[in-house]
Amino acid sequence: MTHPLNRRRLLAVAGGAATLALAGCATPSRPVARVVVIGGGFGGATAAKYIRLWAPEIEVVLVEREAAFVSCPLSNLVLGGTERIENLTTGYGTLDKKYGVKVVHDEAVAVDAGRREVRLARGDVLKYDRLIVSPGIHFQYDQVPGLERADAQARVLHAWKAGPQTVALRQQLEALPDGGVYALHIPKAPYRCPPGPYERAAQVAFYFKQHKPRSKVLVLDANPDIVSKKARFLKAWNELYPGLVEYRPNSELVSVDAATNTLELQFEKVRAGVLNVVPPQQAGKIAQTAGLITANNKWCGVDWRTLESVAVPGVHVLGDATLSAPAMPKSGFMANNHAKVAADAVIALLTGRAVNPEPILANTCYSFVSDTDVVHVASVHKFDAAKKTLVAVDGAGGLSPQANAIEGQYARAWARNIWADALL
Amino acid sequence: MNAMTGWTLPALALLAGASVQAQETDVQARAWAASCAACHGTQGKSLGGFVSIAGTDKAQLLEKLLAYKKGSLPATVMHQHAKGYTDAELERIAAFFSRQPR
Repeated sequence: MTHPLNRRRLLAVAGGAATLALAGCATPSRPVARVVVIGGGFGGATAAKYIRLWAPEIEVVLVEREAAFVSCPLSNLVLGGTERIENLTTGYGTLDKKYGVKVVHDEAVAVDAGRREVRLARGDVLKYDRLIVSPGIHFQYDQVPGLERADAQARVLHAWKAGPQTVALRQQLEALPDGGVYALHIPKAPYRCPPGPYERAAQVAFYFKQHKPRSKVLVLDANPDIVSKKARFLKAWNELYPGLVEYRPNSELVSVDAATNTLELQFEKVRAGVLNVVPPQQAGKIAQTAGLITANNKWCGVDWRTLESVAVPGVHVLGDATLSAPAMPKSGFMANNHAKVAADAVIALLTGRAVNPEPILANTCYSFVSDTDVVHVASVHKFDAAKKTLVAVDGAGGLSPQANAIEGQYARAWARNIWADALL
Repeated sequence: MNAMTGWTLPALALLAGASVQAQETDVQARAWAASCAACHGTQGKSLGGFVSIAGTDKAQLLEKLLAYKKGSLPATVMHQHAKGYTDAELERIAAFFSRQPR
């Protein structure tokens, strides 16, 4: 890999700091601009790293409230019992040590786009030339009667942000007696990780088949049908876990009674030993505070050539928080790719070069239907100047013919490589 | 003649410098190629499980990508990705990876 310092001189000249370049490579030159990144997930961490990698003359400050990154991809395996949360966890230290990203563990609470400032919970104010907001999702508990309060939320888990909730849900599954029911409620699309709920159903069934064969997985889907990889998941459920998984579409949630573990749906009431409600979602809170939400009161519209907000100039939004382009999933892979388009565009805008008029993004989502077997869905997205959005390329992309163990190995290799691509 | 040489040499040096810089900064190909890093590692250096493509001979890499695109080389997913790119785009992506240190 090219060490950032080797390229500093050239890029410093390009950035107009010619006199500083004469001082030589050893002395870090004064940064030509400062980018602040809010959120250190697949989007934000990748953006921070790639700006430093491609333009070390730009200072990057990453604001992240958690001490470490925990990967949602592979976290359903923790529920299945074949993976540990520690193995999905990566620290932020390397971003600083290897790339010179300044990592601030705090929460961004306000953005003043006029003054180009971000205010943090502990009171610090960060000035920026460009701001990147990669806030992930916020759960809309106000839309789930019965789950408005923290004590109810602590009983009926989402486990849709990997971490303590993942571990806690695994403990609930372990405590469930054989014969008990696990009920998973899926919100209306779009939500984070379209195939994720169906993978989760398979993982819990994988666990039940070995340890609680009389138990049942009940999938209550607010959507009219399986949202992603339908035929592949149905085949896996039926062949690997016959009689264990029951799927009920059009299961719109009316309310939750956390005290009795009961879901009230539009047409029925369901009581379960373990309730797992994935709430409806919107862009992370700071996106709302900063006025970045432009669609359905939920998502942030962006210019797909730059990921710059259509509402607030100078602010770029990445990942699940964006109003997805047609056929584009809310996935970690996609957020990682958003980050690279944004990094390239932010560098272009700050150094006076033209923005890439034709970004191309790719996505592969792997889902584990057992401890070994995986099915993928892939797509390629190109910017269409006439439609002014990214469109899925006709004839490209597709699914695995069926779940298979070779892709199980690829899925684990992908996870290792994308975690490193974002954080190491 | 001398005067001519005196003018030409710096000009040539400038041109050479410019072309090296242009080669290093096919920034559009670099941005496209960055997608590949999610599986094949940052700048094509894989941590394992997928082949490292950094420093691969350009012609060899391009031949492989075009074979994926045509469907003549079996794959789990690369045939689906390769079909999303024009031959010219694949060529510039292959050129980018060929210039990355192994």
